[in-house]
Amino acid sequence: MWLPASKPLQRWFNQRHRVLTCKAVCVQQLCISSSQFTESCYDGLYPGHIPTTPIQKALLAVGSGVAALQNPYRHDMVAVLGETTGHLALINLRDRMRNDPEGYTILMERPRIRLSTLDLSKMSSLPDGSFGREYFRFLEDNHVTPDSRADVKFVDNEELAYVIQRYREVHDLLHTLLGMPTNMLGEVAVKWFEAAQTGLPMCTLGAVLGPLRLNASRLQTLFTTLGPWALLNGRRARCVLSIFYERRWEQSLEDLRQELNIEPPPITPSASKKRST
Amino acid sequence: MMRSGNMAVSMGLLVRRLIRLSHRNVAVSRAAVLSRSHCHWEPLFCRSFSDDRNTHFGFETVSEDDKAKRVYKVFENVAQKYDIMNDAMSLGIHRLWKDMLLHAMHPQPGAQLLDVAGGTGDIAFRFLDYVRTQQEQKRRREVRSMQLQSWQEISNSYPTIDEGGHQESRAVVCDINKEMLKVGKEKADGKGISAGLSWVVGDAEELPFDDDQFDIYTIAFGIRNVTRIDQALQEALRVLKPGGRFMCLEFSKVTNPVLARIYDAYSFQLIPVLGEVIAGDWKSYQYLVESIRKFPDQEEFKYMIEDAGFYCVKYFNLTGGVVALHSGFKL
Repeated sequence: MWLPASKPLQRWFNQRHRVLTCKAVCVQQLCISSSQFTESCYDGLYPGHIPTTPIQKALLAVGSGVAALQNPYRHDMVAVLGETTGHLALINLRDRMRNDPEGYTILMERPRIRLSTLDLSKMSSLPDGSFGREYFRFLEDNHVTPDSRADVKFVDNEELAYVIQRYREVHDLLHTLLGMPTNMLGEVAVKWFEAAQTGLPMCTLGAVLGPLRLNASRLQTLFTTLGPWALLNGRRARCVLSIFYERRWEQSLEDLRQELNIEPPPITPSASKKRST
Repeated sequence: MMRSGNMAVSMGLLVRRLIRLSHRNVAVSRAAVLSRSHCHWEPLFCRSFSDDRNTHFGFETVSEDDKAKRVYKVFENVAQKYDIMNDAMSLGIHRLWKDMLLHAMHPQPGAQLLDVAGGTGDIAFRFLDYVRTQQEQKRRREVRSMQLQSWQEISNSYPTIDEGGHQESRAVVCDINKEMLKVGKEKADGKGISAGLSWVVGDAEELPFDDDQFDIYTIAFGIRNVTRIDQALQEALRVLKPGGRFMCLEFSKVTNPVLARIYDAYSFQLIPVLGEVIAGDWKSYQYLVESIRKFPDQEEFKYMIEDAGFYCVKYFNLTGGVVALHSGFKL
């Protein structure tokens, strides 16, 4: 009964899949598989790209959502959820970046924030209060490294894949800009800011479900002071992805916040090492 | 009449082999042309296509050396979540398939089993259970038959009950991948099974056993990952005792067209997604569904088994042809 109706639908799905695989095959024809070429040859539009049909994307979104809810430490599932649900928001973000001169430069030059591209010793020697020094302090205090971000796999557009990769890499810098630690309360505050700024469904979901894991006193802090501050600043701040952070390490943090239209945080939750249970 | 039947079979095999060889030559020459026109970077690259033969790794074409390494990597990555994924992908039906293998096998106490590509030990555990159940049933039958005798007759027959005589049944699990064997060993420790079970690292194309060792050789869902299937079949023939049985469970071609379309949609849409969500590994499960499509169908595999020297080769379709159970004897 549903078979006749699904035929045109299926044809459309197949056609889309064919277009994607044709793009991928053009890349693939240059490099027939050989173990010597696993780095330079890849199946898809960018290294790590896995072409998927709309059905697969839907299934991935549902599956990764369930997996991430069950085990919030599965960062790869959170990443997959972001990639499969964020298409419209990513287009919006990319257009905002294009309209901003600095954002346009970033889209052209495609800088990556990785340990190999950062000069940590130079950053640690910068004066206190500068953006680079504060970022370095944040990395040290919270025992994190910029290399822990998952690679993009399921975004079917090379530029949008870069945008979401940039979003992931800027997340730590946002912590520094907002002055939030990496405990649960800090993460939720950053998520509220990101949800207001980017509109990514994954951020919205995280912003809604994150508070469920907070205790009563932290919930109160969130809803009375931190939350409204994060939302307000998220809406009025300049697009945080359009800033070329790599060229602004020496800039003072206060200066940068003013430029981005971000108020300093009303309170700073203690940077406790204890993660949420 | 038997002779003409055999001649027809061998003619069919010859034609099939010629077709396969021509396909392989076409693939190699096409690859050689492409490599010459596109790759002026690495002379090694061009050389690799003239030296190694090519085979398939899912829908990709790779050299035979590469395939073994890549298959090893796949199973190294999936070993920890292998059993969970099997249950999720087949909705638990794989347990029924393996039970049917054991029922068809109907091993008797004292049988020696070699389970190749047996990784996490599913077949070996079932085998030991089955044999022990058989032994207990036999003992219970003997005791019951004794109950109507007088005490003198019973006491006279005591020595005969204890007399073991025959060998204890033994299961050897052989796998090329150490991670899979590790998971299997942990499972065995968890179940408390240790007697009659051994774990050996070995390649199905070159088994580390002497000739004429085993009564039963099984390979469940492993033979499609072997680079040279004909060599694996010949090794199976070598290590089996005369009268020994070769049994193979493997994914095969679905006969019913409606079921085939549903099965294809399920395999290609759902299984890699499950792999990504549960095991965090899309590509290994993409390889899995592709390798199923590249494996020969029931009839062709039957010819390959006969080719290797087995007799009375039969196959049984399970779940509409999703899985086929092939069986042959060494005579």
